[in-house]
Amino acid sequence: MTALDQATPEENRARYEALKAGAHEKSPRLAQAAQEPSNPARIKPKKVLHRELIPGGWYWSTIVPRGETLRIVNGGTGSVSALFWNADDTSERYNAGDTVKIQWHAHLSKGRVLFSDMGRVLMSITDDTCGRHDFIAGGSTPFSNRRRYGDDSLRNSRDNFRLAAGKYGMGVKDVAPCMTFFAGVTTGANGHFQWTGGHDRAGDYVDLRAEMNVLAVLSNCPHPLDPAPQYAPKSVEAILWRSPEPDEDDLCRTATEEAVRGFENTDPLFGGRA
Amino acid sequence: MTLFIDRDYAAATYDFTIPARKPWSGQLRKGQVLRIVDLEGQQAVDTLLYNLSNTTERYSAQDTLTAQGAAYIEAGTALMSNEGNVMATVIADTCGRHDTSAGACSCESNTVRFGHHTRYMHACRENFLLEVSKYGMTKRDIVGNINFFMNVPIMPDGEVTIDDGISAPLGYVDLRADMDLLVVISNCPQVNNPCNGFNPTPVRVLVWDSAV
Ligand SMILES: [Zn+2]
Repeated sequence: MTALDQATPEENRARYEALKAGAHEKSPRLAQAAQEPSNPARIKPKKVLHRELIPGGWYWSTIVPRGETLRIVNGGTGSVSALFWNADDTSERYNAGDTVKIQWHAHLSKGRVLFSDMGRVLMSITDDTCGRHDFIAGGSTPFSNRRRYGDDSLRNSRDNFRLAAGKYGMGVKDVAPCMTFFAGVTTGANGHFQWTGGHDRAGDYVDLRAEMNVLAVLSNCPHPLDPAPQYAPKSVEAILWRSPEPDEDDLCRTATEEAVRGFENTDPLFGGRA
Repeated sequence: MTLFIDRDYAAATYDFTIPARKPWSGQLRKGQVLRIVDLEGQQAVDTLLYNLSNTTERYSAQDTLTAQGAAYIEAGTALMSNEGNVMATVIADTCGRHDTSAGACSCESNTVRFGHHTRYMHACRENFLLEVSKYGMTKRDIVGNINFFMNVPIMPDGEVTIDDGISAPLGYVDLRADMDLLVVISNCPQVNNPCNGFNPTPVRVLVWDSAV
């Protein structure tokens, strides 16, 4: 038992309310930052390390070394489901519950980070021109394709993740809840999901800066709540690029107390702050 | 939605009280009913389900949510596996809202959420890890779980808060097993947020051989 275990419920509630108030005080900075792009819309060719065109329905995987950035560019009908692992120890992986709970938010955009199950930061969202992404409902599966299109033979994100994981020596148990970019999903007051789009603007992009060496898998399949009647995902582009080093006041590293503590857990893996 | 069912507690084939903060696991055969009783109210009960004969098939929060098109669990919700099968169905519920998006507390996430000084405290994922290790499983097998009785409203603007529990003393939830199950529970020890009123309390688990 620690001293905290012996605190009274009233003392613990006071601590919680203070943390909650602190988290809410930070939101104006994040809201303002979302209005201004941080990274160039066109990346200089010499900074591009790799470009990949992922056809509709398919998946792609890559290692993103710490400090490099993965840009995902919307093709115009697509949404992109994603999973991330610590490439140096894949038992550490993206944790959907921690990511939304720690940041008090399910609509994550520029300035926010993606947490692993070990209290560390996998990636930072350093830019986002779309702002509508799903961190709750998940990607497509054979069963969602059967429900939506009457056809479970269409390619789906669950199987794509299993294929990619299998090629890195992982298996079914390594495919945890995912996120989907360019897929706006809100939760109404009654709990029902509502689709708010985000998948239809070609050229929108999200920049994800790796904060550890990350194994990334992207699956280019329609979100299970996408109301479009046809299964017709277009290609999306993934760009791996040499992005700017974070400054002392880097938004993602400093916007919230939670992120600061997440980086205090992450940076020691790499000998402290780069 | 709430749905009450009177059951004879003396007729249960299994009856155990999980102490505050502790883990539990048990088998549930297809057709049996597991009742989790929130004895003192406002206690979060973190729960994982596995197919008893093949634990690579396990509860999937996202399959459950997308199948029903809504963010919370309530009476009538089919709890789906990662293979698209119904593992269990919520057939009674006095609370009306259970979370399956916020996951389980851990020592590591606590440091980020509440400060580094909270690292050395009880946490659900410590409970889960000890319990699943009895079945040859590891951290990789701990996926998104259900938080019975935990109130985590997700607002239309995306705000997520772990709010005060809304379950009353002696409230319950009934799960009918739709396949043979391994059920793993962490009776949440969290005192840093209001998921259990900052005061972990015992819960009771009972099993009946038939749903009626
Ligand atoms: Zn817990």
